[in-house]
Amino acid sequence: MSDIADRVKKIVVENLGVEEEKVTPDASFIDDLGADSLDIVELVMAFEEEFGVEIPDDAAEKINTVGDAIKYIEEHTD
Amino acid sequence: MRRVVVTGLGLVTPLGADVETTWANLIAGKSGIGAITRFDTTGQKCLIAGEVKPADHEYGFDPNKRVDHKVQRQVDPFIIYGIDAAGQAIEDAGLEDMSEELRLRAGCSIGSGIGGLPGIELESVNLHERGPGRVSPHFVHGRLINLISGQVSIKYGLMGPNHAVVTACSTGAHSIGDAARMIRDDDADIMLAGGAEGTINPLGVAGFAQARALNCSMNDRPTEASRPYDKDRDGFVMGEGAGVVVLEEYEHAKARGAKIYAEVVGYGLSGDAYHVTAPHPEGKGAENSMRMALRKAGMGPGDIDYVNAHGTSTMADTIELAAVKRVLGDDLAGASMSSTKSAIGHLLGGAGAVESIFCILAMRDGVVPPTLNLHNPDEGTEGVDLVPLVARKREVRAVLNNSFGFGGTNASLVMKKVD
Repeated sequence: MSDIADRVKKIVVENLGVEEEKVTPDASFIDDLGADSLDIVELVMAFEEEFGVEIPDDAAEKINTVGDAIKYIEEHTD
Repeated sequence: MRRVVVTGLGLVTPLGADVETTWANLIAGKSGIGAITRFDTTGQKCLIAGEVKPADHEYGFDPNKRVDHKVQRQVDPFIIYGIDAAGQAIEDAGLEDMSEELRLRAGCSIGSGIGGLPGIELESVNLHERGPGRVSPHFVHGRLINLISGQVSIKYGLMGPNHAVVTACSTGAHSIGDAARMIRDDDADIMLAGGAEGTINPLGVAGFAQARALNCSMNDRPTEASRPYDKDRDGFVMGEGAGVVVLEEYEHAKARGAKIYAEVVGYGLSGDAYHVTAPHPEGKGAENSMRMALRKAGMGPGDIDYVNAHGTSTMADTIELAAVKRVLGDDLAGASMSSTKSAIGHLLGGAGAVESIFCILAMRDGVVPPTLNLHNPDEGTEGVDLVPLVARKREVRAVLNNSFGFGGTNASLVMKKVD
């Protein structure tokens, strides 16, 4: 896993209180990791902070899985 | 008329993370007050408080026991204390597995005096330093006072009345009184009732210190700072924590063979209509509240064996005492009266509930908790058993618990043993 993927995983584990094994690229925040819409807002804020990126609302709405988040961040960081 | 009894207890206090530990420490005469460790007190006038101790302490509190990790991250300490105390009460009452039918008739009335002040303080700084886009999406519902009741109802599936009292330092007593009425009026068969507080943060301590309410003169000897009725008392010491009871309709409790601690028989409420922080100098509001509670209970002054005083360790102590003397008259001579704030500090919105639980345990065990640090009783205390320094064994059949709050709000509860 890339450095970005590891850091994303760490944030998800901390914010949602889920087991590390469950945080796979395919895992859906809502369906698999027990997040609600507010948890996703908080996760997006944490990603913005960690990676120094800005994730606009329309982009954030499309981030449904852990993999979506990793992909977005990889595409928007140097 | 539907009768209301207490069938479960839960406590998180500066003297313990559960009922029995807190009670044992209280009866042993221990103090839960010390130097503030929660934040850097540089510049504060008051440096001491009754903190709930961390998990690694001898009688510390482990939030992981009953509060989900995710919830812990989102909410203020008062909500965490409240959820845990409610969970303890449910377990104590043997109500972990309620049917849907019962859960429709089970509700919550757990309030707080101030609510999420630490979170408001932090998020306000965050807003100013980093902008509105950095404010947590959990900010609002992690601070709201009714969110103990909300969280507890979600966790345990309680679909009955969902209520939260906000009457400053009377909150805990009003919460129990109001919930008892809901059961009596057939709104519910079971109510989780109580109060919580967690405002040992820079803004909370500074605010009460600026209001000249806190003891700021005994920072070097914290365990001696809360000294109700003593001549040298000089303001209250802030505490934190929660107290929650399970209230249940009597026949319902009996039918399921529940352990019955006590019956809530009288509830009195009044307003001082006088001043925002100072009590009426003649204690009229306090007197009216106590008289109403006794009248509702159908009891006379001679029936009360123990009074858990509001007794905050301020000048108001003598006003309350004078009011108690007028209400109980000569019968006060046969009763004991103490202020447990001497040991745990003032739990503000949690006080009335925590102290109601102490009253119940006094009846259960036949022992009254002490008023610590009462070395030089103030004038007017002569002939009154204020249980100075050490707990005392005595029969306690019925109790009166007083709570008074800023805004001039008063609540009194009368509870008695069930034969």
